[in-house]
Amino acid sequence: MDTLVAQLQRQFRDYTISLYHQGFLDDQFTELKKLQDECSPDFVAEVVSLFFEDCEKLIGNMARALDQTGNVDFNLVGSSVHQLKGSSSSVGAKRVKGLCVTFKECCDSQNFEGCVRCLQQVDIEYKSLKAKLQDLFSLEQQIVQAGGRIPQVDI
Amino acid sequence: MAEVMRPEKLDISNDTASLASQELLHVLAVDDSIVDRKFIERLLRVSSCKVTVVDSATRALQYLGLDGDNSSVGYQDLKINLIMTDYSMPGMTGYELLKKIKESSVFREIPVVIMSSENILPRIDRYVLFSYYLNHHH
Repeated sequence: MDTLVAQLQRQFRDYTISLYHQGFLDDQFTELKKLQDECSPDFVAEVVSLFFEDCEKLIGNMARALDQTGNVDFNLVGSSVHQLKGSSSSVGAKRVKGLCVTFKECCDSQNFEGCVRCLQQVDIEYKSLKAKLQDLFSLEQQIVQAGGRIPQVDI
Repeated sequence: MAEVMRPEKLDISNDTASLASQELLHVLAVDDSIVDRKFIERLLRVSSCKVTVVDSATRALQYLGLDGDNSSVGYQDLKINLIMTDYSMPGMTGYELLKKIKESSVFREIPVVIMSSENILPRIDRYVLFSYYLNHHH
């Protein structure tokens, strides 16, 4: 009979693997996890939290810049996209990073409709990742509370 | 961003025979991204380094005493073993920071690592020529 801990650990493992296979996360997220240990057990959660705050701030900047009807500064938008591309790359947020590449191209070609579309997509994508990682962290907490250890998942 | 590199791969010696027992390698890290600063600080701490992280090239120059006319007077005791900087930052770029550091008699010997996700090698080649000029014309 499967213990609660074993069930949770399997859920955690399956969920983690699916996040990689569906392209939400890449190797850089694995690197983040490597830096976490018993002395710094919240490192990943902290970095990820900073990332989502950064998303909110940068997307706000982009939205404001795109809102200047007839007078959009595409360099300004592009600069925020560049920063978002950097930080998404640093945490392994693969889909967000991919969208930033497209977004940057729209900025460079001053494609207003393209930029607006990319902005919407990037907003949806970071929020989606945020929810998924919250579920993942919640599973970790449940495992620990049930007295188990968080399994190492090899992708 | 770079993968997590253990000290052996970075070729930075933490050999206790050559360092005082409590002395850690001191790295100055420069990055405008809060996410990257958090990552690099942790990475360096895990690699047993002492870390100072600043959010701009300007602040790095302030820290080194290179921001005024005093030419780092009194900063000779500041022990920094390595400087790691992001390349593209608002205001001063990592490349401009590198040039300022190499112009300093106090800090020019410190290795500087420039981090970038872009292809910046053509721009760095300019630095190699610049460095050659500095070394042969001073």
